[in-house]
Amino acid sequence: MADIVLTEAPAAARPRRLGAVLPVRVAYAMAAPAVALMVLTVLAPLAVMLAMSFTGYRFGEDAVPFVGLDNYLQLLNDRTFRRALFNTFAYVAMVVPGSVILGLLLAVLIDGLNHGSRVYRLVFFLPVTATVVAMAMVWKYLLHGTIGPFNLLLVALGLPAIDVFGDRSLALAGLAVINIWSLAGFNMVLFSAGLTAVPQDLYDAAAIDGMDDKLDRFFSVTLPLLGPTMMFVLVTSTITAFKVFDTVAVITRGGPRGASDVLLYTTYLEGFSYFRMGSAAAMTTVFLAIMLVFAWVQARVLDRRVHY
Amino acid sequence: MSALRSPYRFRPGQLLAHLVLLFLAFLFLFPFYVLLVTSVRTPQELFTPDFHWLPVEFTGLRYYIQSVTHSPVLTFMKNGVVVCAGILIVQLLTAIPCAYALAKYEFRGRDLLFATVLFCLTVPIQAPALPLYLGLNAMGALDSYFAMMAPFFLSVFAIFLFRQTFKSYPDEIIQAARLDGMSESAILWTIVVPASLPAIAAFAVFSVTAHWNDLYWPLIVVRSNELMTPPLGLAYFTDVESGENYGALMATAAILTAPLMLGFLMAQRHFIRGITTMGLK
Repeated sequence: MADIVLTEAPAAARPRRLGAVLPVRVAYAMAAPAVALMVLTVLAPLAVMLAMSFTGYRFGEDAVPFVGLDNYLQLLNDRTFRRALFNTFAYVAMVVPGSVILGLLLAVLIDGLNHGSRVYRLVFFLPVTATVVAMAMVWKYLLHGTIGPFNLLLVALGLPAIDVFGDRSLALAGLAVINIWSLAGFNMVLFSAGLTAVPQDLYDAAAIDGMDDKLDRFFSVTLPLLGPTMMFVLVTSTITAFKVFDTVAVITRGGPRGASDVLLYTTYLEGFSYFRMGSAAAMTTVFLAIMLVFAWVQARVLDRRVHY
Repeated sequence: MSALRSPYRFRPGQLLAHLVLLFLAFLFLFPFYVLLVTSVRTPQELFTPDFHWLPVEFTGLRYYIQSVTHSPVLTFMKNGVVVCAGILIVQLLTAIPCAYALAKYEFRGRDLLFATVLFCLTVPIQAPALPLYLGLNAMGALDSYFAMMAPFFLSVFAIFLFRQTFKSYPDEIIQAARLDGMSESAILWTIVVPASLPAIAAFAVFSVTAHWNDLYWPLIVVRSNELMTPPLGLAYFTDVESGENYGALMATAAILTAPLMLGFLMAQRHFIRGITTMGLK
């Protein structure tokens, strides 16, 4: 595009950018520090991690025995790993619908308000900025089996007390509630941005067509037009939920008896607590592979959003 | 339709929406209320079987003072500031020139570099964690500020974000500066960067929030109490105090969450923009 300005310049000497003949080394010098860091902190470690996943290396030992695919084959039969993988997907299956539907509900309700939308947005976004570990402490106390306010309420209502994080069938759901609470406001903001792009004319047209019911209008006008935003929110929520670690590490430590073991926590223990680097590397590879699939879907979605 | 949109006509829909939102707002704020109210209650009161909205015996700032004087909470905060600032400064110094090169220069390997940036965007810290740990250990650098910061010195996300911003900066102004004899890096740092401050501020909010709250990496590389960041210190503090004194624990949690919360309340728009750019990550 810059060439148009200087068409009279001889072709051979035609500068690429508005008349500047730049030595290539300027660009390279500018990119060099970042490239060096990229190699040192991402690319080389990823290569080492992949290589390590084919060894039986343990931290602190000199020997690095090559074991081929053994680590991966063992993961297939490793009950702890399989449970962690299952729990992670179960967790995602709770957090994603919960935070997306709640985020959408908040965005739609707030969008229709005449007054007070700013205050509501502020309130619902508050958990997004809060330090997860600090709020995890609060939730742990809030849902405490005997002294937690939640249980005091249940008892006051004449219901039996529930020890959420001490119950194998409830611990994971308890953690999911915390994540829904901290993610819904984030999704709300993304949906709000999507809603402002829906033209008012379409609602007018729907009203003229006799579509008086608000729910009708929501499902036949709002929701289809939010499609691209919806896909985007679904994928980012999935990635966020899949990376759950903090609340597990602080509240349940994977317990009770592995009921809230998730992929990152199991991998963390394998590598940094038991120091079985080879098998931890294999677990990390599985984790990364799943993340790359999500990222691929996200790239497709972003692409579609541009052309929508 | 315009009649329906009239702001002063009473509409049952509005009332219903407010009722639902108020109920949800109550639920969303309840954990914050519990955090604050528990930090001004005596432990004895917490173990009685009934719930009071306000403390029966108001302890005032007792636990806050106790937390500041008897626990290393100020050290945790100082570490949080040092780590966040160190990371952000190096991120900006390395990402800005790289993004500018990608946005405004043509050079061999540019497309490959940008493709690599896009690939790195999808790699979370947990993936290179094991080799980074081994590398830092081999350097004898574990349990140091450097170990806490080094993996985050490069932000491919910053490169991605700034490249978009710089691309929209007019070439004509850059060219005019060149004709005035300014060097390429002077053009970048004194002309283009000041014009891109909103994007840089949004990234700064994102970066500081992410690293102030990060538990994963400090948990791996930090051993000594003097180096613990707010989340790690808080997690460690609960273990040691074994949760008997919830008042002191909640006061500590409140102090460590306060900086980000206050920042959010004071600069809501910047925060919402900065944090939601995460959605692109």
